[in-house]
Amino acid sequence: MSSVSDWEATANPVKDNRAGLIGKGVDRYEGPLKVTGTAPYAYEVQPPSPPAYGVMVGATIATGRIIAVDTAEAEAAPGVLAVWTHLNVPAQPPRGAKAHPRSTQGSKPALESDKVTYWGQPVAFVVADTLENATAASHLVKLTYDADTPDVNFAKRLSDAGQPPGEQDVEIGNFDEGFANSPVRLDETWATPLQNHCQMEPCASLAWWEGDRCIAHTSIQMVKPAQHGLAETLGIGRDDVHLLTRYIGGGFGGKGQTYDDLTLAALAARALGRPVKVAFTRQQMMHGTIHRPATVMRVRLGAEKDGRLNAFSIMTWTHCHKDGSFTEHASNFARALYAAPNRLTGHRLVRLDLPHAGPMRAPGEASGTMSLECAMDELAEKLGLDPVELRIRNEPPADPENGRPFSQRQLVRCLKEGAQLFGWDRRRPTPGQVRDGRWLVGMGMAAAIRGNFLLPAKCSFSVDADGVITVRQGMTDIGTGTYTVLAQIAAETLGVPLGKVVVEIGDSELPPAPGSGGQFGAATAGSAALAAGMNLRKAIAEMATSDPHSPLHAGDPAEVTFQDSVIALENRSETLADLIRRNAPEGLTVEGEIRPAQDAQKWSTQTYGGHFVEVGVDPVTGEVRVRRMLGVFAAGRILNAKTAKSQLTGGMIWGVGSALGEGNAVDPRYGSLINQDLAQYLVPVQADIGDLDAIMLDEVDDKANPMGIKGVGELGNSGAGAAVANAIYNACGVRVRDYPITPDKLLAGLIAQGR
Amino acid sequence: MKAFTYERATSVEGAVTAAQAPGARFIAGGTNLLDLMKLEIETPTHLIDVGRLPMAEIVETPDGGLRIGASASNTAVASNATVRARYPVLSEAIVAGGSPQLRNKASVGGNLLQRTRCAYFYDTSKPCNKRAPGSGCGALEGLNRNAAIFGASHACIATHTSDMAVALAALGASVEVVGAGGTHSIPLLELHRLPGETPHIETHLAGGELITAVVLPPPPKGGQTYRKVRDRASYAGGLASVAVAGGQVALGMVAHKPWRAAEAEGALASGASPAEAIGKELAGASSLGRNDFKIPLVARLAAAAITEAKEQGQ
Repeated sequence: MSSVSDWEATANPVKDNRAGLIGKGVDRYEGPLKVTGTAPYAYEVQPPSPPAYGVMVGATIATGRIIAVDTAEAEAAPGVLAVWTHLNVPAQPPRGAKAHPRSTQGSKPALESDKVTYWGQPVAFVVADTLENATAASHLVKLTYDADTPDVNFAKRLSDAGQPPGEQDVEIGNFDEGFANSPVRLDETWATPLQNHCQMEPCASLAWWEGDRCIAHTSIQMVKPAQHGLAETLGIGRDDVHLLTRYIGGGFGGKGQTYDDLTLAALAARALGRPVKVAFTRQQMMHGTIHRPATVMRVRLGAEKDGRLNAFSIMTWTHCHKDGSFTEHASNFARALYAAPNRLTGHRLVRLDLPHAGPMRAPGEASGTMSLECAMDELAEKLGLDPVELRIRNEPPADPENGRPFSQRQLVRCLKEGAQLFGWDRRRPTPGQVRDGRWLVGMGMAAAIRGNFLLPAKCSFSVDADGVITVRQGMTDIGTGTYTVLAQIAAETLGVPLGKVVVEIGDSELPPAPGSGGQFGAATAGSAALAAGMNLRKAIAEMATSDPHSPLHAGDPAEVTFQDSVIALENRSETLADLIRRNAPEGLTVEGEIRPAQDAQKWSTQTYGGHFVEVGVDPVTGEVRVRRMLGVFAAGRILNAKTAKSQLTGGMIWGVGSALGEGNAVDPRYGSLINQDLAQYLVPVQADIGDLDAIMLDEVDDKANPMGIKGVGELGNSGAGAAVANAIYNACGVRVRDYPITPDKLLAGLIAQGR
Repeated sequence: MKAFTYERATSVEGAVTAAQAPGARFIAGGTNLLDLMKLEIETPTHLIDVGRLPMAEIVETPDGGLRIGASASNTAVASNATVRARYPVLSEAIVAGGSPQLRNKASVGGNLLQRTRCAYFYDTSKPCNKRAPGSGCGALEGLNRNAAIFGASHACIATHTSDMAVALAALGASVEVVGAGGTHSIPLLELHRLPGETPHIETHLAGGELITAVVLPPPPKGGQTYRKVRDRASYAGGLASVAVAGGQVALGMVAHKPWRAAEAEGALASGASPAEAIGKELAGASSLGRNDFKIPLVARLAAAAITEAKEQGQ
């Protein structure tokens, strides 16, 4: 196993960056396909024969049993090929069963039983010759339920919440004592609503069979668990599932697992002997896939008069599905953020008859910063300190929970540079002082933090007789730029132009990588690609120096250079294509792999940032408009300035959504979410986002991985919403601690103030 | 979506005749109807496309008003030079609705007949008297933050969500209608109904009647303005809106129809301040808890808009 010190000590082509491709804002590898509508997403893949269309029927109760099924009318409807419920779905192994002990996912049977555990749970399935016929017939399936009263009222169940399985509160020092003895104290509670990912592409699958093999195209962030889970569900060998996910229209954590669209497409394709497509509708996505659960967060801060925190606590209450254990760890991020001798963090979980909770972009941080970073703003005001200065005064010299040194920590630089670039010095500390026409104008800021991870991954590199490098990896690109950064790493490592690189990902037959999630994708997949590229360099160099027909013959392979598709040793050179044509006309393939360093846990490795926001508040109506927004981030070496910036600004926009509009309201009478489409679940539109910019500080974190890069996919979301909320307060003097901050809530505060 | 037949009308008379068939519906831009058909909230068996009938003209009338053909696109009306110069409240209201893509496609007639955005109307698994008469109102004791504060009934608390109609109400527009019995004119304020016991019947149009034009009288003296409050800056239904044209005031998203604020107008005419005047109107408002905020919101928004229009007019 490698050590962090090996990574730090060893040069590599990504670090050397001789061609300057690393960090360059090159256009997306698959961009032309996407903007011309020719990138085949799972539902648009052309199957070998005309497909049938499956439509799922969701339960219209939240909890209870199906006591009668009448599918006669649906079966008789035009074009219908099959109608399934729990009574006649093909047999599948029980949930969680693993025929292969090393499967990363067990069986996930569809239409499992008569039991309904959440509203919208797929309970019937119709296949027909067209989507229209399948949809029409799906409305003819008659299910009779014995419904129980849904237990979905989170606010009323808070007192029943217990510690999540296997977890304990983390206390350092004595929080209660420290808090009681602090001269300046803050104790407030925030609430965030249930949210949905609302990916542009709803979950969708297409499956067909070639003999005993199932070919399945689906929209998924992680390839291997999807392949294994489908094989276990179908009761076939893992190698008999070929799972592909070439293009993905957004994941955000919601596609970190498969759903019944995949299972039912594969089962129906087997039963009907023809390809079958199944997609969730936008409405079905809201209940039928995972969501970010609501939270209630109590933050207590005890400070000295100079602003140094003496006691700090964030406790989170959240919910998950009755059979689940997912916990929104909204308190965890805070453990590495600020110094304080007395610290208490923990979580409380209550199980409800709501759909499955799960990870959504920056799980933990996205919700957690919405409380703590506003609490810091409130504390700064109590202390008469600038909010930036308060954070600087609480900057820890090492990780405040475990004492580990930081691998890199440029939070203060992010805050200082952001403040300067944004014109923070023009902020009036007293709220409600700045007017522009009918708008009250205010500024707010917040810190951003998100962990960084490296997981095991493999990758293969091939070179062919034309000198084209092909990168192959069971990795995914969920819109983040994976294709592009892999091409950049390959081109830089092998010294070829980007046009000479082909990237093939999203395929279970390629060397495995963990996929996209937790902002570990680029570091993990990219480090494996670098390793494969280094191995290919070595193989090529050895091939050249041992080939009597090569001008490089008898040289030292370690001295061979790669540039402009030419390999060279001092003044001797030939093209890469010539060498391969002579020695390996069918091409040369090598693999590489990355594993976490054995000593990686000796450091606290995080990504950081500072958000600065200016908003306008209409004091008459309570409307809020974001006027400008700047994020300054420190996240290691940046592979692609363009795709990384897009990730960061995208995360910031998510923060605006969380602050101002997003959330699914639960109707407790039904146990159902009410706003089920994009006209009612309000994500920001272009007009909501003013002048927006993200700046990435120059940084290299050699302790993170061999490339010194870190993730950016979730960092932008961390803290962004809090900065908006703080700006609203600075504009008008109203604190709303129950997100989203909609005009009705703000208006109540404005009226209470006498505005 | 259920199977349906389609014809493209070639004349107004032909369209009206075809519309007598049961299950027939007119379609123009289709920006609302197609969504409703996909969700099977509406299940017409026959569509009569009136979008290409020659009724997109916008022409001045001899009395100094304006006649707007019903198939003119929302964008065409909002960008019309006469509308912008003499009826700016109408232009402002139209661009406050939908998105540019929707406004390019949506017709004037269709805009008036768009259906409510109440979440319970859209969710076919929930009761809704408007969608399924007699099934009950899911919103009444549900998540009804955006419910009506004027003229609601226990059967329905939904609001009409057109922005354009609010401006037309303030301007005193009327609609020209062609039916089996010939052509007649209906004041815009009498086009839409309050929900009563029959919220599924939304207008006073007889079966098969087609709106062919909207007719505006000459603009009233004084300033004009449209203000809309919504949860995001674009592509969102309003929480409340107000259109002011001189001394004429209409409110939007507060009732099952565009709401002309007659009480407020009367008070303004007798010298009341904008705040006092809208207060008189809101004396007749009622709310259900979650939508309580709409009363102070309308009070503040309307007072500001009336003041703004007054200043403009001076």
